Amino acid sequence: MLSLVTFLPLVGALVILLGVRSDTVAKYLAMTVSLVTFIISLGILTGFDTKTAAFQLVEEVAWLPEYGIAYRMGVDGISLPFVLLTTFLTPICLLASWESIKTRVREYLMAFLALESFVVGVFCALDFILFYVLWEAMLIPMFLIIGVWGGPNRVYAALKFFLYTLAGSVLMLIAILSLGYAGHTFSIPELMKLPLSFSFQVWLFLGLFASFAVKVPMWPVHTWLPDAHVEAPTAGSVILAGILLKMGAYGFLRFSLPILPDASRFFIPFIFGLSLVAVVYTALVALMQKDLKKLVAYSSVSHMGFVTLGIFALNQQGVEGGILQMINHGVVSGALFLLVGVVYDRMHTRLIAHYGGVAHVMPVYAVIFMIFTMSSVGLPGTNSFVGEILILLGAFMANKAVAMVAATGLVLGAAYMLWMFKRVIFGPIANDEVRAMSDLSMREVALFAPLLVLVFWIGFYPGPFLNLLHASVEHLLTQAAVVKTGAVALAQF
Amino acid sequence: MSKNLLIILLPLAGSLIAGLFGRRFLGNALSRLVTIVCMLGALALSIQAFVAIAVGDAPTVREPVFSWIVSGGFKVSFGMLIDRLTVVMLVVVNGVSTLVHIYSVGYMAEDPDQPRFFSFLSLFTFAMLMLVTGDNFLQLFFGWEGVGLASYLLIGFWFTKESACNAAIKAFLVNRVGDFGFALGIFALYMVFGTLDYAEVFRMAAAGQYPATVDFPLWGAVPTMTLICLLLFVGAMGKSAQLGLHTWLPDAMEGPTPVSALIHAATMVTAGVFLVCRASPLFELSQTALNVVTLVGAATALFAATVGLVQNDIKRVIAYSTCSQLGYMFFAAGVSAYPAAMFHLFTHAFFKALLFLGAGAVIHAMHHEQDMRHMGGLMKKIPFTYSVMMIGTLALTGFPFLAGFYSKDAILESAYAAHTTVGTLAWIMGMLAAILTTFYSFRLVFMTFHRGAPKDHHAKHAFDHAHEAPWSMRLPLLILAAGSLVCGYLGKSMVDVGWFKESIVIVKGHDALAHAHHVAAWVQWSPFGMFLIGLTLAWILYMKVPTLPKIMAEVLQGIYQFLLNAWYFDRLYDRLFVRTAREIGQGLWQTGDVKIIDGYGVNGTAGLVVRLAQGLKQMQTGYVYHYAFAMVIGILVLITVYA
Repeated sequence: MLSLVTFLPLVGALVILLGVRSDTVAKYLAMTVSLVTFIISLGILTGFDTKTAAFQLVEEVAWLPEYGIAYRMGVDGISLPFVLLTTFLTPICLLASWESIKTRVREYLMAFLALESFVVGVFCALDFILFYVLWEAMLIPMFLIIGVWGGPNRVYAALKFFLYTLAGSVLMLIAILSLGYAGHTFSIPELMKLPLSFSFQVWLFLGLFASFAVKVPMWPVHTWLPDAHVEAPTAGSVILAGILLKMGAYGFLRFSLPILPDASRFFIPFIFGLSLVAVVYTALVALMQKDLKKLVAYSSVSHMGFVTLGIFALNQQGVEGGILQMINHGVVSGALFLLVGVVYDRMHTRLIAHYGGVAHVMPVYAVIFMIFTMSSVGLPGTNSFVGEILILLGAFMANKAVAMVAATGLVLGAAYMLWMFKRVIFGPIANDEVRAMSDLSMREVALFAPLLVLVFWIGFYPGPFLNLLHASVEHLLTQAAVVKTGAVALAQF
Repeated sequence: MSKNLLIILLPLAGSLIAGLFGRRFLGNALSRLVTIVCMLGALALSIQAFVAIAVGDAPTVREPVFSWIVSGGFKVSFGMLIDRLTVVMLVVVNGVSTLVHIYSVGYMAEDPDQPRFFSFLSLFTFAMLMLVTGDNFLQLFFGWEGVGLASYLLIGFWFTKESACNAAIKAFLVNRVGDFGFALGIFALYMVFGTLDYAEVFRMAAAGQYPATVDFPLWGAVPTMTLICLLLFVGAMGKSAQLGLHTWLPDAMEGPTPVSALIHAATMVTAGVFLVCRASPLFELSQTALNVVTLVGAATALFAATVGLVQNDIKRVIAYSTCSQLGYMFFAAGVSAYPAAMFHLFTHAFFKALLFLGAGAVIHAMHHEQDMRHMGGLMKKIPFTYSVMMIGTLALTGFPFLAGFYSKDAILESAYAAHTTVGTLAWIMGMLAAILTTFYSFRLVFMTFHRGAPKDHHAKHAFDHAHEAPWSMRLPLLILAAGSLVCGYLGKSMVDVGWFKESIVIVKGHDALAHAHHVAAWVQWSPFGMFLIGLTLAWILYMKVPTLPKIMAEVLQGIYQFLLNAWYFDRLYDRLFVRTAREIGQGLWQTGDVKIIDGYGVNGTAGLVVRLAQGLKQMQTGYVYHYAFAMVIGILVLITVYA
């Protein structure tokens, strides 16, 4: 089942590579494949037992047994939401690119499908080497999407993106290899039981942290994100913000907390500090942005600061809020990038100053933009409120001062979003180009419809989503509370 | 579906129908009709609930709706709690909202965007109803932020105007500052009690099942109830525009006038007062918090009244008046006279909505002129509007036997009867504010309706064509005028001890309200004395010697400017917060991100790597080299470290 969901898109990409010559056929094929993948991934839910924290639908095939490496797949309540988010957003991304991508269409579709495969694989992998391979493999299509179909400054952005992630990857690889060497296996569930000494945990934590922090991205390793977003095509931004950023925080949940609990607890003040800086600093920076995409990109960093804060609050509310907020952020920042893409397709500029009075000519667009803006500022009734309130509550119970500083994000977030909204949507019609814009087409409405459903569904009735998490998060918290005064130490090597 | 649930859902339905289908399918007339019919339904059900619970003594309704957020021990549901406190709010909210809907038919007749307007009005009503009917603090917060959204949307309704958009953002942000405190208060509540359910929290609070102190950053060990109540009160200050967080309210007058009447006078701004009354079982347990509430309320009552003295925009005068009257409500609550606060909230809704809608009729008559210096002599042109405005003014200023006479007196008497330093201070400030209230109210009436017709050409033209409003606007005015005449007398049993039953808790010893009924006659009649002083002063300055105000403004230039600029709060905040935030943001971006992180960190490294890569590139081509590069370094490091 998991392998099917993981590799179906890749098979689709291969079919396009080998058998399809027409761009149109390729588009429909890619769309069909991604939709089928989504439906199959929903099928996982039907058989998924929310009562247990154990990995489900586990698959294991020997790969390199002498090194303890195997093809191991499985999901629990922490990874499944991300698998679904990925399969959910991919068809939307393809639909978003339907008309805006005009060159090398087949290659573009292949890159997207391959990306989907790798990312789903990352979330399903239960073997550290498999995880690492997919984690790195995913960079290739993403790099191509920015570097080939991106904006004028795409090479710099792609290189910066690459450099950052590369620096992290190197250190992660070292950590993974030493962990596997120490545990004589790369099986993630096995490694969770490994009694590691504290100092060893600290080194491993730092190694993994380098890679995860870049992906999240945490301050101060966030500066690749605004550039990557600005240059990426719309769908690239959606997938980048919606899913790729989640991999970093997922890494903390899947590896750092359960495998390295003592080190994780040791680093809480450090993570809190960086998270708070991210929340406040990037919100202030977002306030001054002149480019729409940069603004949304900086807001992503600020929101992800909330996520890392919630995760390291290490209580049920904080962690569940953090995971839910990642889903929410995937929905909302994805939608915001799509919204920017809609007007970019019409006016070919992302500068806020070039807009104004859009509500006069695009009323439907304005309403949808307003809804996602309100979700972004965490208004009750929208999805982000549920996530933010849980995170802040969790943080408050962990450390009141931290929660107080983080809660200023409620004010700052509203400031930059509403000010941007006013300058783009309200006011008199700014110029003739704005006047000439047409409201959303049916295709564009179809992009936002499923995202809008999620905004209100999670906003009013988050039960089904939170239910997925309860058992696994509870288990994770017991793992993170363990004191591993273990024997496996750095000195053994 | 229960009838009570319909009270909330009808306005929501009206809002959704008008909002989703209004522009394209229904058109203006049908959109108006749908929302008004829904509001009438909700109003009828609210009155029914009021009669059942407040008159007929039916038991409190507790109705779970559905589970909202569950995470670990944190469980919050949507639910309804309808007790005496709620039914008073239900009648006020749905009553004024219905009238404002009807009034808007006439007032907004020429606006092309009517479906949107009516949809927003109903959306506001829905959120306000969520706020007052919720059975837990998070649902209160839901409605709280929801009304904030509606307020934002309606202040910025004419979104082409820069000033309206800015006012909308300001309202949202200042309220968010308050909500920051409110949210922390909710977290503290959950941390202390493990639940946000009113019934549970109040039960445990009454039983003393909470730690005596809680550690709080920068503050140390704080008495638990003081902390919780003060944090909640920060939220109340934002929503109810109390001193310090009041700056958004005058600017909110950028919205259409019916909006000012509904949201910024009768209902939303009173949410803070409702919150304090609802949480009376908690506030009663912290004398410190009560004192803060009293002092902030009294200071706001006086402050806003001083600013109201010199404003020239007719709506701004009434806005500062609202701010001031909300201050009265708070200091009543602060001396534990919650019923007096609720009673004033109730009567205020009538006469303040009346004054705003009356002002709307004046503005309508004068072709969107709002500056009172360009008005005058309208008494003869629009006698109906004049009459209702006069009733509203008399009701506000406490003329005997009208609405304010009963409710404001109850507040002042309670403050006096509290016999505490803080209470007496509030009483003195309240008395002073009463003089000012009468003064600015009659100044408004005199400048607008009395004296001669305006002289300058443009205003003269508007004056000549001034006309009475259509029936759709006159009917709500008439109903509110009738209410302002009698609601004080009819509602005065509200301040009888025990009328609110268990919905308001007053602990033993906090008996200001009980004693208020027995204060000396001079205390009872002194507010009327204040009325007479204020009226006389206004009459001298604006009728008898109309040149005097100008001379005074010149002689007392400093004070005049200070008041005219509302004590320079806006300028201070702009410098302190708005510009500072932008400067810091710019600095962090250009220096922090671009110069330091990217300049020294990333691009420095990038340059190095590119130079290295130049070498590697000759051996390997394509993107794959990055991977090789990663692997090579990884293995190298491994070998060096562990070999």
